[in-house]
Amino acid sequence: MKPISVYTGKAAVIDRANIDTDQIIPKQFLKRIERTGFGEFLFFDWRFDSEGNERKDFELNQPQNKGAGILIAGENFGCGSSREHAPWSLQDYGFDIVIAPSFADIFQNNCFKNGMLPIALKKEEVRNLMDAAEQEGHEITIDLKSQTVSDNKGFTAKFDIHPYWKEMLLNGWDEISITLKYGKQIDEYENRESPVSTI
Amino acid sequence: MKKSIIEKIWDRHIVYQEENKPDLLYIDLHYIHEVTSPQAFEGLRLKGRKLRRPDKTFATMDHNVPTIERYFIKDEIARKQLSALEQNCKEFGITLADLDSPDQGIVHVIGPELGLTKPGMTIVCGDSHTSTHGAFGTIAFGIGTSEVEHVFATQTLWQTKPKTLKLEITGKLGNGVTAKDVILYVISKYGVNFGTGHIIEYCGDVIRNMSMEERMTVCNMSIEGGARAGLVSPDETTFSYLKGRKHSPKGEEFEKYVQDWKSLASDEGAMFDTEIVIDGSEISPMVSWGTNPGMASPVDGHVPNHKEDKEADKSLQRALEYMGLSEGMPITEIPVQHVFIGSCTNSRIEDLRQAAEVVKGKKVYEGVKAMIVPGSQSVKRTAEEEGLDKIFIEAGFEWRESGCSACLGMNPDIVPAGEHCASTSNRNFEGRQGSGARTHLVSPAMAAAAALHGKFVDIRELRGSRGQAELAY
Repeated sequence: MKPISVYTGKAAVIDRANIDTDQIIPKQFLKRIERTGFGEFLFFDWRFDSEGNERKDFELNQPQNKGAGILIAGENFGCGSSREHAPWSLQDYGFDIVIAPSFADIFQNNCFKNGMLPIALKKEEVRNLMDAAEQEGHEITIDLKSQTVSDNKGFTAKFDIHPYWKEMLLNGWDEISITLKYGKQIDEYENRESPVSTI
Repeated sequence: MKKSIIEKIWDRHIVYQEENKPDLLYIDLHYIHEVTSPQAFEGLRLKGRKLRRPDKTFATMDHNVPTIERYFIKDEIARKQLSALEQNCKEFGITLADLDSPDQGIVHVIGPELGLTKPGMTIVCGDSHTSTHGAFGTIAFGIGTSEVEHVFATQTLWQTKPKTLKLEITGKLGNGVTAKDVILYVISKYGVNFGTGHIIEYCGDVIRNMSMEERMTVCNMSIEGGARAGLVSPDETTFSYLKGRKHSPKGEEFEKYVQDWKSLASDEGAMFDTEIVIDGSEISPMVSWGTNPGMASPVDGHVPNHKEDKEADKSLQRALEYMGLSEGMPITEIPVQHVFIGSCTNSRIEDLRQAAEVVKGKKVYEGVKAMIVPGSQSVKRTAEEEGLDKIFIEAGFEWRESGCSACLGMNPDIVPAGEHCASTSNRNFEGRQGSGARTHLVSPAMAAAAALHGKFVDIRELRGSRGQAELAY
């Protein structure tokens, strides 16, 4: 996993609440057995019409949103299905950071596991950023170490992140390798609780 | 200290605890299926890691499987995914309920049916509806594929302790009101993210009086209210359901377990972070009209009118546009072209019995395509022994093989664009049942009634017109 510490870039805005993982990556693309290559299917039904042409009115198809590395969206982002294909497709498309007033639990976890940063800001802060992002030349800087979001128009806000995830992301660590160091504790737990075979 | 069942189960499963870290939580049971596991197996292989406890891992094929001609999977990528699961289970020594198995079915239907899910357990699966298993007094939640791999390798997960939410439903439900209506009502009242960061304990007389299957329906949709998990303290209903199941403890051993399971129930006076009380008598049969499960109204109500809140108004407009409905339209005027009775929410034998009672001796409305997809092979067998299949087929329903089917349309069971489907599933998101499909979430009895009338009807009136106890369940 590649580490994240500071990121500066353009943001795309999808001003909708409750964007569910079925929209982020529709089910017909979940049959692949790889982790990669999901970006072209991101928001598929919103991005393309039934003939496969880009829908001009969809935010990500508008020229000012092309090439953005940050996505700003409404509250409860990533609700619904637990499919990790959702963060995979966002990341593969180019979004390593999502800013929203709130996130669904499973989606948030799935982001952390992939070196992506979901940032929850206050509703009015997200609104300010959404408005600012429409201006030409607008850029947002994320500093994970100081837990700050700022832009080149004078906006600045702090965000919360669990220290555990912060450390993981800053270092780009593989969580399983870390957990395997607790093998002794897991053995002890299994012996102590003597859990019988379940199956 | 007085503890809730959530704290009791959590505390029992802590492998390691340290300040500024989530708890390292032990996982008792890991269910897997074909869609969210292949990348996790691949991850193990790439790193040369072992699967720690194949004896605590159970696999089924459900999301992709066709419900007719099930051995002839036309979709090559789907076929590849199913054969990958088969190979992976063989390689890592995992029990698999494949298409030949009499146990095959939707993971959240067969786990309880086989007695694998037991009170006090921590259970995970790469599927958000894992919350279903909470009905047995377990902490059961959906995880992503990286977490599936983590559980494979370590049988644990790093988890921050969630907040607790007590949701009490008092009194009695009215006639024709089911578990599905209860959970749809809760989500429509409190919104699709009221449970975020919480585990819900459902309690109160309404929940106590529910069967295990009804409790599963309620817990199943916890995630639609944003909660990671939902559960019910185990009681005699739980124990008698579990007795004699394939993987339940036997004889004296069972009684020993029951003693332990009894101690799991929340202590009288245990504290919760949030508490909600609902009067069961205020709940009506529900129908969702929008594009998330919170957008639902009583069947005798109507599609809402424009809202004061600008943001809410925008999502209302979007939803109505997608659904092809207008503000203020009575729910009973919404036409229905498709009916799907199935999914991990409502495909168990009691659900099918309820639907069969409604359709017995009647005919599906002209032009309506209606299908029944039992949740498992076992449900299908039982229904056939009871003659339910004949009732459905004679009425004009299609009688299918078990699987997730049209709940998410990963197999060929898809609702065409622009058509309305009365569905007993759990999500009415845009495109969920097919690109442009318009899903309305309802109970099995309401779905069956919609099939007969080509529109939504109030099951309570239907019952009234046929004389009182005729449809009693």
